[in-house]
Amino acid sequence: MRAIFPRQALSIAERLRDAGWIAFVALVLGVPMIGLTTVDAGNKLVVHTRLPLLMEFVAACFLGRLALRFSLDKFAQRKIERQAQEARRTVQIPARSTLPLIKWLGWWLLGAALVLPLMFSGNRYVVDTATTVLIYVMLGWGLNVVVGLAGLLDLGYVAFYAVGAYAYALLSTQFGWGFWQSLPVAGGLAAFFGLALGWPTLRLRGDYLAIVTLGFGEIIRIILVNWTELSGGPNGIASIPRPSFFGLPFQAPSDDGVQTFAGFFGLEYSPGQRVIFLYYLILLLALLTNLFVTRMRRLPVGRAWEAIREDEIACKALGINVVTVKLSAFALGAMLGGLAGVFFAARQGFISPESFVFSESATILAIVVLGGMGSQLGVVLASLVLVLLPEIGRDFAEYRMLLFGMAMILIMVWRPGGLLVRREPAIMAPAPMQARP
Amino acid sequence: MRFGGLTAIDELSFAAPVRQITSIIGPNGAGKTTLFNCITGFYRPSAGSIVLAHPVRGSLRLETLESHRVAREAQVLRTFQNTRLFPKMTVLENMIVAQHNALQAASFFSLAGLFKLRRYRLAEKQALEQAMSWLQRLKLLEFANIAAGVLPYGTQRRVEIGRAMCADPVLLCLDEPAAGLNPRESAELNDLLLELSRESGISVLLIEHDMNVVMKISDHIVVLNYGRKIAEGAPLLVRKDPHVVKAYLGEEDFQEQRA
Amino acid sequence: MASIIQQLINGLTLGSIYGLIAIGYTMVYGIIGMINFAHGDIYMVSAFIAVTCFTLLAAAGISSVPLALLIVLAVTVAFTSVFGWSVERTAYRPLRGSTRLAPLISSIGMSIFLQNMVQVTQGARVKSIPPIITGGIDLFTRDGFNVHLAYSQIIIVMVTVALMAVFTWLITQTSFGRQQRACEQDRTMAMLLGIDVDRTISLTFMIGAALAAVAGVLVTVYYGVIDFYIGFGAGIKAFTAAVLGGIGSLPGAMLGGLVIGLIEAFWAAYLSAEYKDVATFSILILVLMFRPNGLLGRPEVEKV
Repeated sequence: MRAIFPRQALSIAERLRDAGWIAFVALVLGVPMIGLTTVDAGNKLVVHTRLPLLMEFVAACFLGRLALRFSLDKFAQRKIERQAQEARRTVQIPARSTLPLIKWLGWWLLGAALVLPLMFSGNRYVVDTATTVLIYVMLGWGLNVVVGLAGLLDLGYVAFYAVGAYAYALLSTQFGWGFWQSLPVAGGLAAFFGLALGWPTLRLRGDYLAIVTLGFGEIIRIILVNWTELSGGPNGIASIPRPSFFGLPFQAPSDDGVQTFAGFFGLEYSPGQRVIFLYYLILLLALLTNLFVTRMRRLPVGRAWEAIREDEIACKALGINVVTVKLSAFALGAMLGGLAGVFFAARQGFISPESFVFSESATILAIVVLGGMGSQLGVVLASLVLVLLPEIGRDFAEYRMLLFGMAMILIMVWRPGGLLVRREPAIMAPAPMQARP
Repeated sequence: MRFGGLTAIDELSFAAPVRQITSIIGPNGAGKTTLFNCITGFYRPSAGSIVLAHPVRGSLRLETLESHRVAREAQVLRTFQNTRLFPKMTVLENMIVAQHNALQAASFFSLAGLFKLRRYRLAEKQALEQAMSWLQRLKLLEFANIAAGVLPYGTQRRVEIGRAMCADPVLLCLDEPAAGLNPRESAELNDLLLELSRESGISVLLIEHDMNVVMKISDHIVVLNYGRKIAEGAPLLVRKDPHVVKAYLGEEDFQEQRA
Repeated sequence: MASIIQQLINGLTLGSIYGLIAIGYTMVYGIIGMINFAHGDIYMVSAFIAVTCFTLLAAAGISSVPLALLIVLAVTVAFTSVFGWSVERTAYRPLRGSTRLAPLISSIGMSIFLQNMVQVTQGARVKSIPPIITGGIDLFTRDGFNVHLAYSQIIIVMVTVALMAVFTWLITQTSFGRQQRACEQDRTMAMLLGIDVDRTISLTFMIGAALAAVAGVLVTVYYGVIDFYIGFGAGIKAFTAAVLGGIGSLPGAMLGGLVIGLIEAFWAAYLSAEYKDVATFSILILVLMFRPNGLLGRPEVEKV
């Protein structure tokens, strides 16, 4: 390749012209946004100018472009050289099993997840954040069934999360149900909502399904906001009971004779115990989800999900009932979202429609896609990135979400297939039958 | 079969006998693939009926069934003109997906499968054996764990036939299986199809443009033009039929040839 | 009766704005098959530019309403087009040829970015400008109900109609339109025939942004109140409109916009304002159940 297309190194003048062009675009974009701003002065707006800031921005873009271009060229150069070297070597057979590194990473993460609360038992913030990560991991694994495996674009996943959360909130506050009793009911209810939405709409083509699911998510949210008698409206539902440890509540010892967790185990009471318990609870739920989804994937239904993602018409020609298979993916995904919702409600103790807006759906979808469609481990990595990024960004306060959006674009551009692209076959040929090439 | 004002297939009737290879030929646009789509339930014919004499279930009216039921209940399987494999799944997975219905029944709404019950494990083992035996027969073993989408075209065609065979067909509809094959592959395909119809007792419906294939292996040929049957019969008869020659060569050439 | 006509007027006004934004969705979907979630935020950005522009003009002492409107339209359209171009260039072009979902996620990221960018640079507070076009015509009064047609409403509908005419001409008669349609049908073939596909796609984004900018100016004129969050709601409505009309179909987008505007106006007036969005989405679901390709979408024969 190198002999045929010698790479033309850009001359300095070309580089400057390129960066100059970018600076010009930056100037055009910057004038109305950075250069000018309207400020409320009494009863009317007045325009303020911020020329120095604008100049800094344009200069930054100019220099940034120069640096970016330069490093990209270097990178491309090295890549070509590497490819040329590889081409000279004999053709290699692709490794059949997954990269050992990736396999190890999964176990390593699991180990870290298990010991985390013990290492940070005094640091409530760390355990809390880790709990949030795990909620997203579970949601990601649930949505992965729908989007990653079955290839159905669901933009309203948060609706099922809300159904689960509100189901638990209502069952516990109105009827005094416990966490474990509510879990299957809420999961079932969410699955039912999944069926109710999926039944009429799963015949639709991919992107039509996207807007319908988005609309469904909005419908659920609007109903939650407005049906005050049921959901408490915008104020939500408060004082939702927390889950107990096999009937032992996490609370300070009191005189009314209620046996508490701390009392039963002869421990000193501390509010951190509940935080750690909740952490292990969601870890358990998430791991069960993972086990469930991984097993399903190796079953006929799971393989049919992936087959439908690959080619629906071929599935029909092979006698697969596409509608029921899609429905099963949709309902199971919804159920897992509902279960995560139950945990969310139990952990927060308070829920309101604020927690179930479209941007949540978008975040969960981003986790699945950034992780690498269908990859279970990818979901974990993407959740870590997407939850921790804004947390780290707290120091930047108002720039936090700005950087978050930018990071989403950059990761996507950097790895369009997601962080982990590799797909593990759901069934392997038995070893002795593998032919040796 | 009509699409709006266009009548794609009109007054067509023919029979495809058991254990025989029936070829459907005709110029491009004659309605061959449309015919397949009618048989396999992807299109619903506007009039007429398609009857399959199923060895177990008796006679089935295919035009009343949805496409997935045609494959599942009537066991009519097909391949596509532009292969439709599951590209990211391995060759073996393609073969296993074809056995979905049997496996799904064994997995009892996935419960038996989730808990790895014995009866599901047995069914899965059987399915795997079935898949491996077809892979072996089609010389595809070495590709078993490779994503189907990266294989060369000719190999993909074989995978598609193998996948259809895994679903245990009574009637196999092949849409231009020899397209894009080199002469050697094409000869191998001939042997395979003959073997299938003679030994496995499957009826084969074949759409093919390659006359070498058609004339060598067909028991019976149906010729379509503009959606109508213009000739039918054994290969030698059809080859000489004046209507067929006319349809293929055009009016003028036909006159010239006669002269 | 009188109130029905009033709602009709309000609905058509609102629908025109949705329709203008919807065209951006439908064009982008038609040409690269992606849902551009950032499109609603482009519209929001344009509304901010329009507010700045109106304020500047007021400070400069330009009091002629038509002149001010023309200047603001021109300036906003110009700047917003550059935004549309940049968004495509940075967030979507590098992803061309990858999976269907990659640009979708990237566009969600872009949407978050634009919202927060405006929040940071322009402030999170609601901005309001004094009404620019005041007054209207009282059409008639019946049963004590006064049917009022505001001048701003007339302008909105007139601008929309004029733009639609220009736009239809652009797509059906010009060489750009032909290239655009060619890329829509088969991008690879278009490229082989010497059409600069990248340029065509860039232009499509710019035109979509320009139409959104017109909508942004009109909204500023109509309501006079904007904030950094208006892009989300309008974006979802416009996207719904595009799908309702049949995504990929330009008249469909306009029709979808009008239908949604009317549903909202009537539902809010007669049934309940809170549930008007529920009505919109429910009707969308119903329509798609019976017409899976939308109102004006070409029925797609399942190609086997």
